[in-house]
Amino acid sequence: MAHERDALITGIGIVSCLGSGADAHWDALNDFTPVVDTESFKPFPVHPLAPLDLDKQIPKRGDQRQMEAWQRMGVFAAGLALDSAGVKGNTELLSQMGMIVAAGGGERDYAVDTAILSGYPKAPNPGAYLNEHLLGDLRPTLFLAQLSNLLAGNISIVHGVIGSSRTFMGEEGSGADAVRIACARIAAGQGDIMLVGGSYNAQRPDVLLHYEMGGLLRRAPFDGVWARQSSGGGMVLGSVGCFLVIESRAHAAERGATAFGHIAAIRTDRCRRGPGEATANARAQFEAMAAHYDPAGAEVISGASGAAAPTAEEQAFLAEIGRPVRATATALGHSLEPSFPASLALAALSVQRGALFGPLEATEQTMTAPLTQALVTSWGHWRGEALALVTAA
Amino acid sequence: MTKDTDHLGRPIVVVTGMGVITSLGQGQADNWKALTSGVSGIRRISRFPIEGLRTTIAGTVDFVPVEELSAPALSQRLAELVIEEAVAESGIGRVGDFPGPLLLALPPVEMEWAQRFALAAASGANDTVTYDDLIRAAGSGSFEPWYRRFLFSSVGENLAERFGTKGLPIATSTACASGGTAIQLGVEAIRRGETDAALVVGTDASVNAESLIRFSLLSALSTRNEPPSSASRPFSKDREGFVMAEGAGALVLESLASARSRGATVLGVVQGCGEVADGFHRTRSSPDGKPIIACMRNALADAGLAPEDVGYINAHGTGTPENDKMEWVGVSAVFGERAGSIPMSSNKSMIGHSLTAAGTVEAIFTVLTIRNGLLPPTINYDIPDPLLPVDCVPNVARAASVRHAISNSFGFGGQNVCLVLGAA
Repeated sequence: MAHERDALITGIGIVSCLGSGADAHWDALNDFTPVVDTESFKPFPVHPLAPLDLDKQIPKRGDQRQMEAWQRMGVFAAGLALDSAGVKGNTELLSQMGMIVAAGGGERDYAVDTAILSGYPKAPNPGAYLNEHLLGDLRPTLFLAQLSNLLAGNISIVHGVIGSSRTFMGEEGSGADAVRIACARIAAGQGDIMLVGGSYNAQRPDVLLHYEMGGLLRRAPFDGVWARQSSGGGMVLGSVGCFLVIESRAHAAERGATAFGHIAAIRTDRCRRGPGEATANARAQFEAMAAHYDPAGAEVISGASGAAAPTAEEQAFLAEIGRPVRATATALGHSLEPSFPASLALAALSVQRGALFGPLEATEQTMTAPLTQALVTSWGHWRGEALALVTAA
Repeated sequence: MTKDTDHLGRPIVVVTGMGVITSLGQGQADNWKALTSGVSGIRRISRFPIEGLRTTIAGTVDFVPVEELSAPALSQRLAELVIEEAVAESGIGRVGDFPGPLLLALPPVEMEWAQRFALAAASGANDTVTYDDLIRAAGSGSFEPWYRRFLFSSVGENLAERFGTKGLPIATSTACASGGTAIQLGVEAIRRGETDAALVVGTDASVNAESLIRFSLLSALSTRNEPPSSASRPFSKDREGFVMAEGAGALVLESLASARSRGATVLGVVQGCGEVADGFHRTRSSPDGKPIIACMRNALADAGLAPEDVGYINAHGTGTPENDKMEWVGVSAVFGERAGSIPMSSNKSMIGHSLTAAGTVEAIFTVLTIRNGLLPPTINYDIPDPLLPVDCVPNVARAASVRHAISNSFGFGGQNVCLVLGAA
């Protein structure tokens, strides 16, 4: 039953290796060819960001210069989402709009790092050497391009979203909780319209270093999330920026906005990932949304990262559900913080269009029945389990 | 308080437990004694070499050991200690079973130089060391614990596991307003009826060479290194920057109904929260002060109070020329003629700026201020700034009865949060 405080998705902004914008993504998914860079970060394949015409969403060159790539792609995607919702430039509305950003941290200055790493062991006084070079060689503004909350800060500056501004950190779960909290605030009347999402730059040696320490990265050649599992699994990271405008049904109706879909339910939880624990969380989440679920028209957009153990466990859980599945990470790469918003965007697009795009790899089933709903999973590669259900608006 | 709901019919949110660590010491008692005696916790940095630095002082927490020092490791340890104090005072739940979510204000997490140098050494590269060399070394598998340590989610995950909080923990960063944001998230969750209780923690132990230098490069830090205790000078005409500091604060937030039903002592009330972002500049406030003004007004409206109800302001008061000026612009607009006569002191004059943790630490000190009827001073107030005619409770604590106070937090990225705290 429609309720005036239902949380509707009224704007989608997404950039990834597949292009810029919701339509470009829909078209690319329906005529799917993986976009993978296997050369730049050998031996790791990475899904590179498609070229963006930054001026379209970040008109001031000064603003572009103040940001690093993760912020530019996030601010760009946020602008697309505001355009998509028809609220770009609406100063009065944007001054009331809340924002929850899921973010990690920003790029480093690789030249400075490399010079310090090379010189430090030979320096007569290593501590003084480090101080001297950090103080002398770091760009003062780099700090602001690294700080987690400065994606939100730049969105406030460039797009004027200033009603509230919160940044959540914590890999996949932060993106899921950003959406969950936005929906809860809308349901409770703690906000009417929110901008929610994040961005991730995978084309960074420091993030590849981090996940390589964890033994989590897939080596080339590239194959899909599910196909990888027979040979040890692993993550292929992807550069993604994705923002959604989430709005109460009453607010959307009042301004005549059309919605992509309705976030009928969303749940997040955690466990220690003992055998079966994540599945138990997912089952409980699924059961809690049973009242809204209609298996006949449902698809699953999975946020499976490719990391072996959780991906295998999720695959078994999804087999219980028995609906056609698409793994977002096969198409966009795994993008940590924005991975859940991005999966939610793909889910909303397919619900709006009443159809599922074709299989991304051999193990994914085609869907012939009309699509009315999408389940969206996000099991963090390490921790956190999330499930949402998107229904027709 | 006779009703369990506020002026808008929402559950009243109260504080039933608090825990705090700053450079002044561990626990409410030691901190309160030092804070009201005008003691400074700022000292010479001994954690890393200071040669060549413009700023050589900080409010470090050096008395809490951790096995392998890093910002997330010490931040997590400080959080554990303050949570233990807060949960014990509250008496809520059982050990390892907190009946609500964890809302954590956490500094951004990043691998540090110690790890980079160790990876470089392990790579065997000897002339030019590149990230390719570090990545090759990482592939050995022997650095796996660092992968987990430097995930953004691991501090919250470890705390959730240890204290048995419910659901996925939220780690928030709104720069120097993070603590205020975490409290706001807790208040909102209780008001929505999602939970009867929330564990709110702000922690920050990120005084290391690169973090200090980053702030130094933005000319944000005081360089008044001699003596260290004199460096943090909020509202004084010769203020020149803030002093980086470490600390942590934990609050058990609870609905009044829940606190009553289990006979818990109510320490204070979180009456209102206000928040407005500023789109003017990455590090500077709008010159007209509009976002700060709107933020304080939103907080008062949320609390159902008028400016004349406020008896004390726990200032953000960083001691940078810009912050203190803009905070005064905001306070004078919101409070009008009373602005200069409302006591408004800065805890940061003594504890320094605990960054991510500041909002929770200072909310705790504000609750203690109300409970004890004693206003902590602003120390180092030697030369009044004629442009800022504040009553900053100069240099010596002062007895005063306060029913309602506000606590401000402002951060880079246009982050502004204001809390209204009231007597039990």
